[in-house]
Amino acid sequence: MYVYDEHDRQLAAERVAQFRDQTERALAGELEEDEFLPLRLQNGLYVQRLAPMLRIAVPYGMMRSAQLRRLARITRDYDKGYAHFTTRQNVQLNWPELEDVPDILAELAEVEMHANQTSGNCIRNTTTDQFSGVQSDELVDPRPYCEIIRQWSTFHPEFAFLPRKFKIAVNASENTDRAAIQVHDIGLQIVRNDAGELGFRVHVGGGLGRTPMVAPVIRDFLPELDLLTYLEAVLRVYNRYGRRDNKFKARIKILVKALTPQGFAEKVEAEWAHIKDSPTKLTPEAIQRIQAYFTEPDYAALDNATDLLAEQRFEHRAFDQWLTHNVDTHKKPGYAIVSLTMKKTGTPPGDVTDRQLEQIADLADEYSFGEIRVTHQQNVVLADVRQDRLFELWQAITPMGFATANLNTLTDVICCPGGDYCALANAKSIPVAEAIQRRFDDMDYLYDLGSIDLNISGCMNACGHHHVGNIGVLGVDKKGEEFYQISLGGSSHHDASIGKILGPSFAREDMPNVVSKIIDVYVEKRTEEETFLDTYRRVGIDPFKERVYA
Amino acid sequence: MPDLITLDGSIRNDNWVVVSRPAEGESLAVPDDQAALIPADLWLAGHEHYAGRDDIGVWFDSHEEPEALADKVNELPVIAVNFPKFSDGRGYSIARLLRERFGYRNELRAIGDVLLDQLQFMKRCGFDTYVLRADKDINKAAKCLNFFSQGYQAATDTDEPLFRRRAS
Repeated sequence: MYVYDEHDRQLAAERVAQFRDQTERALAGELEEDEFLPLRLQNGLYVQRLAPMLRIAVPYGMMRSAQLRRLARITRDYDKGYAHFTTRQNVQLNWPELEDVPDILAELAEVEMHANQTSGNCIRNTTTDQFSGVQSDELVDPRPYCEIIRQWSTFHPEFAFLPRKFKIAVNASENTDRAAIQVHDIGLQIVRNDAGELGFRVHVGGGLGRTPMVAPVIRDFLPELDLLTYLEAVLRVYNRYGRRDNKFKARIKILVKALTPQGFAEKVEAEWAHIKDSPTKLTPEAIQRIQAYFTEPDYAALDNATDLLAEQRFEHRAFDQWLTHNVDTHKKPGYAIVSLTMKKTGTPPGDVTDRQLEQIADLADEYSFGEIRVTHQQNVVLADVRQDRLFELWQAITPMGFATANLNTLTDVICCPGGDYCALANAKSIPVAEAIQRRFDDMDYLYDLGSIDLNISGCMNACGHHHVGNIGVLGVDKKGEEFYQISLGGSSHHDASIGKILGPSFAREDMPNVVSKIIDVYVEKRTEEETFLDTYRRVGIDPFKERVYA
Repeated sequence: MPDLITLDGSIRNDNWVVVSRPAEGESLAVPDDQAALIPADLWLAGHEHYAGRDDIGVWFDSHEEPEALADKVNELPVIAVNFPKFSDGRGYSIARLLRERFGYRNELRAIGDVLLDQLQFMKRCGFDTYVLRADKDINKAAKCLNFFSQGYQAATDTDEPLFRRRAS
């Protein structure tokens, strides 16, 4: 993965010094609250319901074991001994003290981490597929492009005060989209054109929140070297013409809709024509230099351990289930991709203790070349595990709580921190996730139901991505009471769609029953091969409505 | 006379006044004996009249289009861009367009809600003078203009993004 050179180190150190100075001026009363606000947000610091919250960047989800250990230490020294993996591959601390934050940032900088632009109206952390570089169906590894975008967007002088936040995601797999690119402000799908040249299909104007939208394509093919100049053109059009009079209409999706995708594309093309050959145009050497950080680890020459695994599966049913659900195919023979699930019932989805962070670091060192990836489903991936050590790994992680074999099932819930922690939330989300997990505790039944995305957000800001859940749950406030609205049929994958609202909302205690009824309809209506989403798309929303509101 | 911060953070006295847009039905009051910045569209409308005066400059508001000036930019000794609120980032794009697209070479001044922590962004986008909001400590400007010794990107201040400097 990427390693800082002297330039990155210097910039990181200067950023810490700058924020220390800003914090001192804020505490001394030299900065008004609204003046300090964007400065602290662009250093990851929110002021929350119970305490400040610090969001630490994990660029495209990659971390080394030393970074995990440092995070563990920070949660112990400055927080309450736990952290939270977010739905954008970042990490959050829920209880830091404002005056400690410069010290925390300094500790992070020592291990090449930061909290730059994890909040605020600027370009946020670029995200990608957690299986990048180890899956067989991707055109190229997308991470070097993410790192190139990270560097370009970091402290960009023109785009630090955009109308609203701005999120970019990159995907390189032809068959799957684990990065949900079509619900980002810019989604980049790596493609080859008819001449075999590498480039990007550019989607602009997707997003969730109050006005969920799937991003239209505004350019079918953008040559690789033009990546940054084109992004700069999109951002400049947005910076100049995006709405600033109404926070809820300020995202780029509203501008794209107002101008129409074609009208927006024309504006971008006109701007780009002026700057496409500017010094910001990438060079093959610049790309190769970054790619050199993402070379393959030192894989052993192995065969697939098919017989051994078959034997172990036969002897241990729980291992068999784990292997089926939480382990994916690796591009190299003899290796496998393992997802550690952070979704044990009773624990808020994505929460990890300091000890667990250290356990994950140890596992990474022992089994996966010292690296991990955080997923937007709030799990952790060991990307390079030898197949002949899977059984040993499974035995090690079972007592740690990372082997719940529910990956991609109904109980692998995506869930925001909700009203328990977040100042913006209208309702709690974690107890809803837990109640549903408790209702669906029969693993065989879960497996029979197959892949279902259940996403829960505590408010319209949609951090739990409820619009793109096959089943989406949104917490709403009705005269001071918490209610939950359900939508069906959302997807964040290549077939991206926004879920349709089922009808009037429900009280929290009704939620497990309501979800059970929805699942019952699916089980009754499905054909043999159909997933929940397939059945929903075939039969429509009415049968679900009739059952739930009967 | 307000103090003016220059590119290197030093402070100089300044005698330019910003003439606000006249109310509906009233005409623009351009002082005879005083260097003045007038609304850009009104300067354009009276272009003949102002031609040759080196004590008349213009100011833009953040929603206005620098394209309107285009090839006339270098007739102006000073162009100011107003930040109605520091969080309104349109002025950064306007500055880059004036410098990089229209080749403006003279003084580019940031006015309005100009605070310390945005100075370096302004500098990178081509502003070379800054009228700091009166309640801010002008002596801290030099430090805030130079928090960072370099940037990742090309901008008005440098043609060389870090990826090109690394290669050389």
